[in-house]
Amino acid sequence: MTILLLLFVFVLAVFLGLELIQKVPSQLHTPLMSGTNAISGIAIVGAIATTAVGGTFSNVLAFIAVVLAAINVFGGYLVTDRMLGMFKSGKKEG
Amino acid sequence: MESAFQLAYIAASVLFIIGLKMLGRADTARRGNMVSAVGMLVAVVATLLVTGIDYALVAAGLVVGGAIGAIWARRVQMTQMPETVAIFNGAGGGASLLVGWAEYLGRPAQDPVTAVATILAVLIGGITLTGSMLAWAKLSERVSGRPILFGSQQVVNALLLLVALGSGVAYVINPEGGYVYLLVAIVVSLLLGVLVVLPIGGADMPIVISLLNSYSGVAASAAGFVIDNTVLIVAGSLVGASGLILTQIMCKAMNRSLGNVLFSGFGAVTKSSAQAVEGEVKPLSPQDAYFVLEAASSVVFVPGYGMAVAQAQHAVKELADLLEANGAEVRYAIHPVAGRMPGHMNVLLAEANVPYEQLVEPGDVNPTMENVDVAVVIGANDVVNPAAKEDKSSPLYGMPIIEVDRARTTFVLKRSMNPGFSGVENPLFYKPNTRMIFGDAKAVIGQLVAEFKDAAA
Repeated sequence: MTILLLLFVFVLAVFLGLELIQKVPSQLHTPLMSGTNAISGIAIVGAIATTAVGGTFSNVLAFIAVVLAAINVFGGYLVTDRMLGMFKSGKKEG
Repeated sequence: MESAFQLAYIAASVLFIIGLKMLGRADTARRGNMVSAVGMLVAVVATLLVTGIDYALVAAGLVVGGAIGAIWARRVQMTQMPETVAIFNGAGGGASLLVGWAEYLGRPAQDPVTAVATILAVLIGGITLTGSMLAWAKLSERVSGRPILFGSQQVVNALLLLVALGSGVAYVINPEGGYVYLLVAIVVSLLLGVLVVLPIGGADMPIVISLLNSYSGVAASAAGFVIDNTVLIVAGSLVGASGLILTQIMCKAMNRSLGNVLFSGFGAVTKSSAQAVEGEVKPLSPQDAYFVLEAASSVVFVPGYGMAVAQAQHAVKELADLLEANGAEVRYAIHPVAGRMPGHMNVLLAEANVPYEQLVEPGDVNPTMENVDVAVVIGANDVVNPAAKEDKSSPLYGMPIIEVDRARTTFVLKRSMNPGFSGVENPLFYKPNTRMIFGDAKAVIGQLVAEFKDAAA
């Protein structure tokens, strides 16, 4: 039953994602890509939880997973913010 | 306790959704990114409350990875954005692969659904990791950006895919005794990532990056099924879906199917089909170009990858300012696939402080093209190739283009007469109203700026 519920959540989230992104103007494509890329760093949650598994080799893998996911999260959000900070409207500034 | 962090995960998911929604509008995008970052923080803090976590390990990993990511994000130049997105994306895919692997080592007695999820997390994560790394190497020109093809490539890929499927099935039937199959799947997925991206050339990179972006989300989602984690599933599938939409938009903008992009190695196969082009190339000096621009009341810039290579965006903005001071209306026509990633030109022009209201899409600028006095094409080629409209035998035929051939005058800034990435001749260069200005884009624009300034002085 749990697995069916998870599948249910998955399917709904896919449809939601398709709806959310459908009408994004092309000037925002790069920040959107880089911003969603940062969200895919959510694997960091899995990586952290995996350190509870135990076992030396498993811990090594979990550690590398945390490092990689942290690169994805920190790098992704910061670079997106930097990029969006440059997008300016001519209406506000000359 | 359990319900407490489930609630936190719901909150995080909501923040991701709101963040994504805000990311889709120019005026709220930056705050949207922050909202989504807060969602990530909530999810991470909630996860830290799970019992049995090795805090020293997590702290060390966060510090190392966080520092690498943060420094990278600060130092990177805007022109290097495509490869930066690619490498961060690959890191996420790699993390999903490792989560699947490490979980298996801890709990090898998996039920079939968990086993399927594990194999998917590993396969898709692995393809994302090496595919993104190769994309990064190609985009940063550490390896050639041309498509790399070898004779039996498709056969090799098909065989590897079969091996991946076979080992996946064998693993799912008996996960506990199937470690070797999991390892085979890992190796095959890493190989596949490389082999799938190898034949893809520079101009198709926007499609590949979008697709890999989607994969990293799907891999995270699969990892979520492995550890029964809702926030991983939700966030992963949101990213998977949005990546898919971007991929679809990019394919449409090139009038190609995804299968065609992935399997054909564009540019390597299409040299001979285009018609012979008639007409004569008319070069123009920057001095003469200045007189035309000086008299123009409507100017459209059409940037392409060449502008990124020459780092000419600041010079272009300077010229645009002078043209506006001279009374001309200036717009920038941006083709969705210009450059090496979706929205590449927009980022570069934003860096040069071009207000986004001046950036227009092909569908908006084309109907007004007859009233444009000068269209200035800067390092773009295939996206302005009229063969896409006129020549049914052209490999570009059917691709939506920016129709600069209909402007009163068209300047093409180009280093030489070499054809563009696709290898297809561009009849635009031979049209009666086209003038070629040869040279480095930045230097040529700089000369035009100097002419304007001399005239004003």
